[in-house]
Amino acid sequence: MSFIVAQAITGLASAASLFLIAVGLSIVFGVTRVVNFAHGSLYMLGAYIAFSLVSVMGDSFLGYLLALLIAAVAVGLIGAVIETALLRRIYKAPELFQLLATFGVVLIVQDLTRSVWGPDDLFAPRMPGLDGAVDILGHAIPSYDLFLIGVSVGVLGGLWLLFQKTRFGVLLRAATEDRQMVAALGIDQRWLFTAAFVLGSALAGLGGALQLPRQAASLSMDLNIIVDAFVVVVVGGMGSIVGAFVAAVLISLLLAFGLVIFPQITLVLIFLVMAVTLVLKPSGLFGKPEFATAEDVRNPDPPLRPSDRLARIGWLGLLGVGLIAPLLFSDFGVVILTEIAILALFAASLHFLIWGGGLITFGHAAYFGLGAYGAGLAVFHLSAGMAPALLLAPLAGALGALVFGWFCVRLTGIYMAMLTLAFAQIAWSAAFQWIDFTGGDNGILGVWPSAWASDPTTFYYLAFVVCAAMIWALRHVMFAPFGYTLRATRDSALRAASIGVDVTRHRWLAFTLAGAAAGVSGGFFAFAKGSVFPEVLFVSTSVDGLVMVLLGGLQSLAGPILGAIVFTEIETELTRLTDLWQLALGVLIVVLVVALPRGLAGLSSLFTRRTLP
Amino acid sequence: MLRMSVRKSIPALLGAVFSVFSLGTAVAQDGPIRIGEINSYTGPLAAFTVPYRNGWELAVEQVNAGGGVLGRPLEVISRDDGGKPADAIKFAEELVRRENVDLLAGTFLSNIGLAVADFANRNKTLFVASEPLSDAIVWSKGNPYTFRLRPSTYMQAAMLAEEAAKLPAKRWATVAPNYEYGQSAVKAFQDVLSGLRPDVEFVEAQWPALFKLDAGATVQALERSKPDAIFNVTFSIDLAKFVREGQLRGLFKDREVASLLTGEPEYLDPLKAEAPEGWIVTGYPWQAIDTPAHDAFRDAYQKRFDDYPRAGSIVGYNTIITIAAMLEKAGSTDTGSMVAAMKDLSLGTPFGDITFRALDHQSTMGAYVGRTAKRDGRGVMVDFRYADGADYLPDDETVKKLRPDG
Repeated sequence: MSFIVAQAITGLASAASLFLIAVGLSIVFGVTRVVNFAHGSLYMLGAYIAFSLVSVMGDSFLGYLLALLIAAVAVGLIGAVIETALLRRIYKAPELFQLLATFGVVLIVQDLTRSVWGPDDLFAPRMPGLDGAVDILGHAIPSYDLFLIGVSVGVLGGLWLLFQKTRFGVLLRAATEDRQMVAALGIDQRWLFTAAFVLGSALAGLGGALQLPRQAASLSMDLNIIVDAFVVVVVGGMGSIVGAFVAAVLISLLLAFGLVIFPQITLVLIFLVMAVTLVLKPSGLFGKPEFATAEDVRNPDPPLRPSDRLARIGWLGLLGVGLIAPLLFSDFGVVILTEIAILALFAASLHFLIWGGGLITFGHAAYFGLGAYGAGLAVFHLSAGMAPALLLAPLAGALGALVFGWFCVRLTGIYMAMLTLAFAQIAWSAAFQWIDFTGGDNGILGVWPSAWASDPTTFYYLAFVVCAAMIWALRHVMFAPFGYTLRATRDSALRAASIGVDVTRHRWLAFTLAGAAAGVSGGFFAFAKGSVFPEVLFVSTSVDGLVMVLLGGLQSLAGPILGAIVFTEIETELTRLTDLWQLALGVLIVVLVVALPRGLAGLSSLFTRRTLP
Repeated sequence: MLRMSVRKSIPALLGAVFSVFSLGTAVAQDGPIRIGEINSYTGPLAAFTVPYRNGWELAVEQVNAGGGVLGRPLEVISRDDGGKPADAIKFAEELVRRENVDLLAGTFLSNIGLAVADFANRNKTLFVASEPLSDAIVWSKGNPYTFRLRPSTYMQAAMLAEEAAKLPAKRWATVAPNYEYGQSAVKAFQDVLSGLRPDVEFVEAQWPALFKLDAGATVQALERSKPDAIFNVTFSIDLAKFVREGQLRGLFKDREVASLLTGEPEYLDPLKAEAPEGWIVTGYPWQAIDTPAHDAFRDAYQKRFDDYPRAGSIVGYNTIITIAAMLEKAGSTDTGSMVAAMKDLSLGTPFGDITFRALDHQSTMGAYVGRTAKRDGRGVMVDFRYADGADYLPDDETVKKLRPDG
């Protein structure tokens, strides 16, 4: 019994940390509708800034406390800079662009932090006055844990008062519920958005700073926390403060007791909680269903027109370049071309979902990875040759998409995106920890092409022809009746349903088809690299795909191809040139998002005199 | 807006394609000997790989100042894999195909080491794996072209198990990150310790996710099993959390702890004043090693970088002097000769003489085993001894069965 109490208190201390990071994310999302990937970076900055302050003034309890508070304020100010310099310019852009921009900020902050504080983990001293433990039922509980629980309850109370009792809070709640109405009533939204972002940033900074007496400030803090924070926000309900609190407590207690019963399952548990919650209650425990109001009836994209003659020449030219390219380049150039062909198909399948179906997914890596694992496992367990393994890849991708998709397509918008992420992370966790079957972290080796295709040029042609055919097939589907219907469900699900279209089934089929295409590209990726590792399923692979799609331009069928080319080249060349390549890539992404919201394919509009309808 | 798409993208597309691939591939047979090096220099692993890079830079400078090898200077072409195996393979391709390197070296993470080893095998390129710890690199996934320098997971776990067997402790608990490294380390420790002491039992096993240790809850779960001693494999940020929570909650009171790698400055120094005392660890007591070879290395390193060497620095340094010694022995940069020269290659290092075993391509480089203590507010290793790697490997018959080529 005493163990249960002690473990519960420990769980609550973890919940306090999770709540502080998640609540800021929730507020920012609620008001601005921006999914802020950089929230984890702000949390990391809070810890680093607090570390510097603590080493100067942390000798007493008050000095230490003051250091943590100053760090929170400093991070709030950094948030103000990010909001006014970047986000303010892109509130009108599609939500995925905002996501991409904040991801650029993640890269920038990561490299800047390393430049300023160095790569070593920074372990601050304990907090004076709270550096011991108290005895509770025979268990030593760190007094700082109790302090942390108190702080989180205090923050919850403070936010409650702010939101219920002040005009500012009323405006924030109003903006969360109906932005347009708030604007119509003459509230200056710019100021409101900045204030919400600063508040959220300061909370992230406080969350990071408060971790300092518990753990070292390190460069892995940003990505380590952000996915967990998303999970808490989604389980609690986007925009709900109480929800974030309840979800943080629920998840932390489950983890604290879960590791006693199933020590090995902790990584999967948190995503299972999210998946189950979203399946049972699609808008989270305390969230309100997303409005199918003005928000939803966005400007529909212009209808897709078949290629005119010039565009056909363009596609044929692209095909021709792909076919003669190996003759022009060195061996390594061919290797890069192969990677581009493979990633172009991955990006095209993601584009098919996002643009064609209006289905936002953060977990497309799942189907790419399942394809790669399908091929890899066939080689590893069944000693299959390349051809059967490559045939298995789309089946694995499609099967995964069929199963996961059945749940995902029932949700919309950000909740759907989060559920896709949850499934991808579950697949990743399984690949990472189920060592007997997948080889775990050490991956599957020896997945090399058969002898006849082992020459890089031959393999390139194989990959190019198959991937080009798949991209063409996806394009063809877009012009088939199925594609027209799918685009109808994207532009207005309500109207499509009212004329008798089975919206859910069309989305499900689109999901499965995109999964199969991503599976093909994953299968080729496995053979191109000779190995499969859990990284192919990780969220960073999904983000790479999104970067390619958005870099190339969402509204163009050539966009994903262009994006794959540019992204692969930039990454390859930048990493050769500088240790600060993440900084350079981040700046590039941010500049592109601000300057070219239509992606690279939109560049051409700068050169044309004709204004398009 | 849609229809603009394709045709206007074409010029941009072509320009982009041509710009990158047209770099030349000049090769000179009489120029420097080119070593392709890959490691994770950015991201969270930079803390470990930057001292390693200093180590190999120092060695390259020393070798070249002495006139190079075979009358040619050494040149290292280094790439950052960012911690991703797929990118490591891409750069391995680049180094071999575009830069025409004579051999590959480096890597830190086990999965990247394995991926590059498999690539080297397929491309018949020599690969000197510097830092990855996984036993699989030389055993279950061993191949003819890959040689590994650093003492493996098994060797270091066996060193600790030998010390653990001398303790009276019978009830052991383990805590290890839940991935291949953690699982292999626990298994090796259990196997060797059970062999030496059939009376020990393992009463609790905690498997936190890597870098996501829920320290308080894990410490309590360990405490609940009331073990006599604990075997720890967590490292880096997990270790810091584990040490602080464990000390606060009295987990280490009157308990022995055997802890893998914790004596390496990379892991011990960030703990500062909270470095645990009395733990049995493997590591690198750079301040206190007192041999002429190590003194020379340490002095040169401190003079060159105005910093003290870490365990990675020794590995980086040894990587290059291994390659230099191998080239002297091989007499050419022909892969067949280089692979033959690596087998049974013996050389003197700051840690003493090491040999690359022909049997499994593992070097006999060892590690220091001792106890942690605090001096001037930071952790150090005391009562240490050098454990020669050759003494902590299974017998030849067992090793032969482990390797696919028998």
